[in-house]
Amino acid sequence: MYLILVGGGNVGMQLAKKLIGRGHEVLLMEKDGKQATRLATVLGEESVFVGDGCEVATQKEAGFNRADAVVAVTGEDEDNLVVCQMAKVVWNVQRVLARVNDPSHEEIFKKIGVDQTVSATSLIFSLLDQQITMDEFIQVGALAKGNIEIVELILSGRSPVLGMAVRDLTLPPKTNIIYILRKEQGLLVSGDTTFEEGDTILALVPSDQADALRGMLH
Amino acid sequence: MNILIFGLGRTGAALALQLSRQHSVTIIEQNPDAVRRLGAKHTCNVVIGSGIDEDTLVRAGIATADAFFAVTRGDNTNLMAAQVAQINYKVKHICVRVADPNRAQAYRNLGMTCITPALIIAGMMRDWLTETPYEQIDSYNVLPAEMEVI
Repeated sequence: MYLILVGGGNVGMQLAKKLIGRGHEVLLMEKDGKQATRLATVLGEESVFVGDGCEVATQKEAGFNRADAVVAVTGEDEDNLVVCQMAKVVWNVQRVLARVNDPSHEEIFKKIGVDQTVSATSLIFSLLDQQITMDEFIQVGALAKGNIEIVELILSGRSPVLGMAVRDLTLPPKTNIIYILRKEQGLLVSGDTTFEEGDTILALVPSDQADALRGMLH
Repeated sequence: MNILIFGLGRTGAALALQLSRQHSVTIIEQNPDAVRRLGAKHTCNVVIGSGIDEDTLVRAGIATADAFFAVTRGDNTNLMAAQVAQINYKVKHICVRVADPNRAQAYRNLGMTCITPALIIAGMMRDWLTETPYEQIDSYNVLPAEMEVI
């Protein structure tokens, strides 16, 4: 695949290195001449392009028209937005991906059709958030475009279900308790399994039922 | 009309001073020092912040704005702010300064009103020399074929 990366900072360089390692044809665009020289010593001259990836003329020279994907990873959201939007509307690139530095910008990227975005701030925040709110509900992953979630909950001493058997509990529709982690031991759940304080419950739940499940167990 | 101007450089200041004679003008600008461009007796509101930041746009009253001008030095900043104004706030009149003629053309093709200072200046200078009457703005915004990339 031919992959064009715009923005030769740390993210761009490390990403280019990895992609070259995978055997892809990679072109990293960097407008600062000195930085581009540094990049060329690491990645090889053939993988670095000195120029502004936001300009139509440089995009043409870099071969946007034959790129399988364009990835914008500069530190400026407005630059990443314009690179990706132009890749789509001017050059008809099938796959575009943007780094979004301010998470509140993710929405406008989606609305203009740049649906693939990565925000380090959002990622780090959600990781921290999980660590901080340990006895709250933790969304482990969103499946099927977010309609079904895997959630994790630790039962506190005030949970109303302590001592109850799974079969005596009326769970929200289409909700399954996948397994319980108890004193470092994983338990597969049957109808007879009873809940104990400190149990970590892992459940599969439709997104709109997550609050109902929380209310029931918490 | 309620008019919002993003960018208080020479263009933004001149535009704000002209329009504020008849309209309510609010300016968004990152640099507090730029306010001096307006002189001592202006009637504009100035909000310090960035026009690509929605909190700032809201503070500046984008919800009730009739017109939005993005005239900072950054083409991409202007284009992003203008699209937030267009898509999220449905502002009726939106005009963007885009210095790069080809980038401006790409966004004109998407329906955005882009003003390219270089082309306007070149066209008006040409008309001045040849004593041709000045034309509509769109006729100046046309890129000479030699400069076309796409």
